[in-house]
Amino acid sequence: MEVQDKVIKIVSDATKVDAGNIKGETNFVDDLNLDSLDMVEMMMKMEEEFGVEIPEDKTEELKTINDVTNFLKANAN
Amino acid sequence: MTPIFPDLENKIILVTGASRGIGNAIAKTLAAQKAHVVFNYRSNEEQAMALKEELESLGASKVSALNFDVTDTERMKSELDSFIQENGNISGLVNNAGISKDQLVMRVKPEDIDSILNVNLKSAMVLTNHLSRNFLRAKDVSIVNMSSVVGLMGNASQTVYASSKAGLIGYTKSFAKELASRKIRCNAVCPGFIETQMTSELADKAKEEYLKAIPMGDFGSVEDVSNLVAFLLSQASGYITGEVIKVDGGLYI
Repeated sequence: MEVQDKVIKIVSDATKVDAGNIKGETNFVDDLNLDSLDMVEMMMKMEEEFGVEIPEDKTEELKTINDVTNFLKANAN
Repeated sequence: MTPIFPDLENKIILVTGASRGIGNAIAKTLAAQKAHVVFNYRSNEEQAMALKEELESLGASKVSALNFDVTDTERMKSELDSFIQENGNISGLVNNAGISKDQLVMRVKPEDIDSILNVNLKSAMVLTNHLSRNFLRAKDVSIVNMSSVVGLMGNASQTVYASSKAGLIGYTKSFAKELASRKIRCNAVCPGFIETQMTSELADKAKEEYLKAIPMGDFGSVEDVSNLVAFLLSQASGYITGEVIKVDGGLYI
């Protein structure tokens, strides 16, 4: 599975939003209504799934699915 | 009389400052619940191993002694991280480590303020914050902060100690609000005069004076406190969070 598809699946499972409605430009806060605590948990799930550490200060910069996908790709082991 | 809360069996619970006094009683009460009791110790390994054996003999499903000082942040983090990696998530925490140095305000040195706030307040906050990700992964999380009745009522010669304990109450309520949606609970316990080594060393006259102020006319026992802590760690108190409970025989009514 492509990194992007896997990210979308994780987000879809967590938010119960249909994967078909989640795109690369989907924004966690504006489109999915996640609050800061939701974001921390979402990033923890990403860390577990991808085995990549996402520093706390980086989390604020990751606003969309594309941001997360790019970060994971750039920092993959 | 030790009440038993069956859901505490095998629950991984960290108690700081368990070597003596109220913390020691809490560790023992949790051992009787068959919990996996985790405590930290600073330097006395012999004493720590003796406590470990004692807790095992009292029924603890497992006992882990971690070597860190609560004010040594880096060591505390690394010890806890490796513990969690080996044993799984900690779902109970009792922030009990504390020190006091009673003195008149005109004699309080800035260094005394630093050391008391560091141990009693800052270290509890740093430790709890560090464990917060672990708490998000754990189930039935309950945190108990050991405050004091003097944090509510104030006490002459205890300006710094009382401030640190009052601070813990603010932390308790804020933490409880922030993580209540994740079913992570946080409460504070405020003991009054509890019979420990500290009170046994009081002069008879001083004791009499203290007893006069306590409506129930007696000092509390460490078990009066540890039984409440066990209740708060158990899901028997599952709907209680952000609460501050006194164990003081009516001292501050």
